Amino acid sequence: MKILPLSLLVAAIALSACTNPNRFGADGAGSANPAVGQPLGGVIPGSANDPRSPAYFNQTVGDRVLFNVDQSTLTDVGRATLDGQAGWLMTNSDYQAVIEGHADEQGTREYNLALGARRANAAQEYLVSRGVPASRLRVVSYGKERPIEICSSEACYAKNRRAVTVLAGGLTS
Amino acid sequence: MKFLSIFLVLVAVAGFSTAAQAQQGPLRITIEEGIIQPLPFAVPAFQAETGDAGQLAGDLARVIAADLQGTGVFREILSSAFIAQYRDFNAPISFPDWKAINAQALVTGAVSVTGNNVNVKFRVYDVVSGTNLGEGLQFSGTTDGWRRMAHKVADEVYSRITGEGGYFDSRVVYVSEKGPKDQRQKRLAIMDYDGANVRYLTDSSSIVLAPRFSPSGDRVLYTSYETGFPRIYVLDIGSVQRRVLESAPGTMSFAPRFSPSGNTVVYSLSQGGNTDIYSMDINSGQSVRLTNTPAIETAPSYSPDGSQIVFESDRSGSPQLYIMSAGGGEARRISFGEGRYGTPVWSPRGDLVAFTKQNAGRFHIGVMRTDGSEERLLTASFLDEGPTWAPNGRVIMFTRETQGEGGASSLYSVDITGRVLRQVSTPEGGSDPSWSPLQR
Repeated sequence: MKILPLSLLVAAIALSACTNPNRFGADGAGSANPAVGQPLGGVIPGSANDPRSPAYFNQTVGDRVLFNVDQSTLTDVGRATLDGQAGWLMTNSDYQAVIEGHADEQGTREYNLALGARRANAAQEYLVSRGVPASRLRVVSYGKERPIEICSSEACYAKNRRAVTVLAGGLTS
Repeated sequence: MKFLSIFLVLVAVAGFSTAAQAQQGPLRITIEEGIIQPLPFAVPAFQAETGDAGQLAGDLARVIAADLQGTGVFREILSSAFIAQYRDFNAPISFPDWKAINAQALVTGAVSVTGNNVNVKFRVYDVVSGTNLGEGLQFSGTTDGWRRMAHKVADEVYSRITGEGGYFDSRVVYVSEKGPKDQRQKRLAIMDYDGANVRYLTDSSSIVLAPRFSPSGDRVLYTSYETGFPRIYVLDIGSVQRRVLESAPGTMSFAPRFSPSGNTVVYSLSQGGNTDIYSMDINSGQSVRLTNTPAIETAPSYSPDGSQIVFESDRSGSPQLYIMSAGGGEARRISFGEGRYGTPVWSPRGDLVAFTKQNAGRFHIGVMRTDGSEERLLTASFLDEGPTWAPNGRVIMFTRETQGEGGASSLYSVDITGRVLRQVSTPEGGSDPSWSPLQR
C-alpha cells in the first residue's frame, strides 16, 4: 500500500472502506464487513459501517499494527494503518485511546514487557506526528501476557507482535 | 511460629559401634559436577512417644526422606528392605543390619504430641563407622507446623553430610496460572519449597507477574495491572496488605527486586518507549536512575553484598548480561556466548549468576561465574525462564512452558550440576518462582 497524504487518505477511507479491509483478522470478523456494497444511507449508528463508530475504527480503519521479530520499527503497512487511525481520531475528537504493545512468546517476560513498550510508543509517536494530541493517547505494554493467537509458530507469533489502539471515551461507546 | 532447638544429652549407643572400621574420615559427600553415586540412607518411621503421635511419626520420616531423596545427592532405602526394626529412640542401633542393606546414613527420631504441641527428636548415624554424626537435636512447635520440623531435621542431616547449608525449610512465592494462553488468569501464591501448604495471596482479577521475596522473607514485591498499567506493589505476607510503589504518571514499572538490606528496590521503568533501571528507597519513595541509554535495560539483581547489580541490556544489539555498581554508571558485559541472555540472578553465595538463555530456537537455564567464565547450561526446552536460587545456592527453580495451543507453565527445579531436574507439583499451573531465604 502506498502512503498517501493524510487528507487524501481520510477521504479515501470514507469513500471506499472496502478497499481497506481488516487485514489482521481482528475478532475474526474480517470476512463479514457489513459496509461492503451497502449504500451509505443505510448505516446503523454504532455499527461497523458507521464511520464514526469504534467498530468502524477497529475493523475498517484497523486497530492494530504488526511488527517484525524483535523490532519496534513501523512497517509501511503499519504506517498506513496508523495514518487511517490518526485521521479517524482527528475527526472523532471525543475519543481517547490506549495503545497496547504486545510481544510473541519468544523471549523472557521482562524483555517482552520492555519490547511491548517500545512498540506501543512507536505507534503513539507516529500518531502524534500525524497530529493526534499526545494528551489523548496513553501507552501500556502487556509483553507476552496477552497473545491473541495461541499456536507456537510464526503464523501466530506474527499476529501477536502488535500494537493495538484501544478506544476509550466517546459519546456512543 | 517459634522453634526451640535444644541439644539432647546423648545416650550411650556404644554397644554396637565396632569402632575403627577402616573408614577414612567422617561420613561426607561433596557436591560437585560430574558426581558420584548418591549416598544411600534410611529413615525409619519415628518412634511415637505418645498415643496420638503415630500418624506424625510416619509422616515426619516420609517428608525427611523426600527432602533428601529430592536432592539427588542421597538415595533412599525403602522400609521394605529393612532388616532391623526401629522402635525405640534410645535403644542401641543394630549397625550390621543397616550395613547389610548398604545404608550409609541412618536417621532416627521420636515424636510426642501434647495438646497442640509437637516435640521432635532425632539423631543421625554414620552406619559404616557405627557412630553418631553430630549431636541429637530436638525441635518443638505446633502440630500444624509439623512439616517445617521435618524440613529442619532434613536440613540438619543434609548439612552434616554435605557440609553445605540446607534449603528445605524455605518457601516459594510464585504466580499460579489457570486457563488457556489467550485468557490466562494469574494470581500470587505461596507454598513450601516442596509444593505443600499452598496459599493464595491475591485474586486473579488483574495480571500479576514476577513476585520477589524480601531478604527476611516477610514481604513480596510484584508487578500488577490493577490500575490497567504495570506497577510495582509490596505485599506483607502475614497480613496480605499491599501498597503500590509510586511512579510518575505515564510510566510503567516492573521487574522489581529487593536489595540485600531490604530497604531499596531496584526495578525497570518504561517511559516514552525506553526502559531503564532505577532504584528506590522503599520507605521514602525517592528514586535514582541507574542506567540512561536508549536500549532496553531490565531484570536487575543485586550481588549478595549489595555493592553491584547484574542486569540485562540490548545495548549491543541483542540482550546480554552486564554488571554495574549499585549506584549505576559504567557497566561491563559478562555474557559473550551465542544467543540471547536474560533474567540474570546473582547466587546467594555470590559466586555464580543464573540466567535464561535463548539460542537456536531453544531456551536454557544456565549459570556462569560473575566474570562470565565457565558458562554451563543446565536445562533445555521449548521455553525455560526466570531462575531463582535456593537459599544455599545449590538448586535453581524456574518456569517451564510447553509448546503449542495447549501450552502451560509449571515450576521445575534443577541442581547446579544439571543432573537432578524435577517438576515441582502445584495445584494449578505455575510461573515466576521466587525462593525465600531459609526460615528461622
